Amino acid sequence: MIEIRAVTKSYGATTAVSDLTFTVRPGVVTGFLGPNGAGKSTTMRMILGVDQPSSGSVMVNGRPPRTHAAPLHEIGGMLDPRAVHPSRSAHNHLLALARTSGIRRSRVDEVIDAVGLGAAANRRAGKFSLGMSQRLGIAAALLGDPATVVLDEPVNGLDVEGIRWMRGMLRDLAGQGKTVFVSSHLMSEIAQTATQLIVIGRGKLIADTSMAQFMATVAPTTVRVRSSDQDTLGRLLHAPGVTVALTADGALTITGLPAAQVGAVAGAAGITVLELATEQASLEDVFVGLTQDAVDYRAAI
Amino acid sequence: MTSTTPNPPPTSGFLPAYSQQQRVTQARVMRSEWTKLRTQPAAFWSLLSAVILVVGFGIGYSLLRVARPPHGAAAVASFDPAAVSLSGVQLAQIAVGVLGVLLITSEYATGLIRTTFAAVPRRLPVLWGKAALVATTVTAVSVPAAFAAFLVGQSILGHQHLAVPLSQPGVVRAVIGSAMYLAVIGLIGLGLGALVRNAAGGIAALFGLLYGLPLAAGFLPGNWAADVSKYLPANAGQAVTTVQPDPTQLQPWTGFGAACLYAAVLLGISAARMRRGDA
Repeated sequence: MIEIRAVTKSYGATTAVSDLTFTVRPGVVTGFLGPNGAGKSTTMRMILGVDQPSSGSVMVNGRPPRTHAAPLHEIGGMLDPRAVHPSRSAHNHLLALARTSGIRRSRVDEVIDAVGLGAAANRRAGKFSLGMSQRLGIAAALLGDPATVVLDEPVNGLDVEGIRWMRGMLRDLAGQGKTVFVSSHLMSEIAQTATQLIVIGRGKLIADTSMAQFMATVAPTTVRVRSSDQDTLGRLLHAPGVTVALTADGALTITGLPAAQVGAVAGAAGITVLELATEQASLEDVFVGLTQDAVDYRAAI
Repeated sequence: MTSTTPNPPPTSGFLPAYSQQQRVTQARVMRSEWTKLRTQPAAFWSLLSAVILVVGFGIGYSLLRVARPPHGAAAVASFDPAAVSLSGVQLAQIAVGVLGVLLITSEYATGLIRTTFAAVPRRLPVLWGKAALVATTVTAVSVPAAFAAFLVGQSILGHQHLAVPLSQPGVVRAVIGSAMYLAVIGLIGLGLGALVRNAAGGIAALFGLLYGLPLAAGFLPGNWAADVSKYLPANAGQAVTTVQPDPTQLQPWTGFGAACLYAAVLLGISAARMRRGDA
């Protein structure tokens, strides 16, 4: 369980996170979405206790993160997969971390096998590909079998097989009752894995909802229709709560009516329907639309 | 250094049972730091170069002095055969100082320090663990190196009847003191590294402290130069490595104490900075 309450974090004159409040619950995968520079990594550093909030409180499993007596058992994190000494082997990197908390050596081998790095365990971590570094980072996060797992952009740089593996891993962890909090700047990476969603932009909370609700309310479905008489059909469909728009390619897009009803209206008026489809706005589009005003660095067009 | 000692009970009655097993203790952090040190090639190479410099330069300088022995009563009286054979310490101090710097700055450079601090949220055990390791490993390799340099050096100087035996007062102190001086320089390097958090900056600061300050002090007017010079870290610390009393230096243990004080102050300031703030 992660509880963020009215957290603000400033670095000098720059406010990275402002008045953020949300809760991440155990047993589900919660996605943490925002464009680059939105404050995701800052928030995750505060959850891991390496940065201190300027104001507000961060609680992990009921305590401020830095007050845990056995932190590796409480919070496992990956902030930067490249944060390893380049000439140290994966095994020795994990062993040094395990030693701080009296975690036995066999557990190191266990997590190395769990992330599929068994064959590379004794290779220098500096020679790892990004995908292997990500796996090593996950192994470090899981070392103490923590109740809360926090991963910054864990899917970034993974190949298709790696992404599939990561999704399975995250669901498994949530299935074990752990709190799983995973950031991404791409909606598509999160959509199939997370069931809860926190969206931030420019350090402010934009949405705190379930993925299903997010899809239903923020990403409404539209009906696309092409017929023999678009003008008449458009007039007939007009009603309170229904919006009709003509697209550039001559089709009508209707929100607020199901496709069946659009078809029925056309049929009753004797209009021939040439094309009728239900479209869901792409989650990526919705995400971009939602955070558009909250992007710090955008290319001038 | 095993973690077989029973852990203290949890401070709060609220903590679950597992925290008994996975509590972070100073001894465990020491073990973790030892694992890091022995798997960091730079540490091995700095220690090896320290040994080579102490022994190699000591032998080389002894050969030089035996070829050009002191002339005249005054020169013979002030000749310090022990210091000649231990002169490699002057160079080896860079190797151990760099070891101290790198031990901490390599973690800042890679970002590993965040992982370390997430695992050890009180943070200071990490600094103390590194300090204890620097002191023990540098001493452990420097004591035999200093004895080897001394013994080989004296056997060379013996050809001109310039050698001193270990039994002469102050000689054992100078040999062991050389190793202890190197350990203190390692700690000063660690303190500098923890303060500037950057390898290049830390090494530059180390050079400034060991070589730059004595140069700058030389420009001071009149007696000030000598008065200030003897209190500088390198000069103060090296008082313990000589046998012949030198009026330009502090008393051996006074000087060594002053060097320890520098290390303690540097480590204290970096500890204060490390404990607060973001990693």
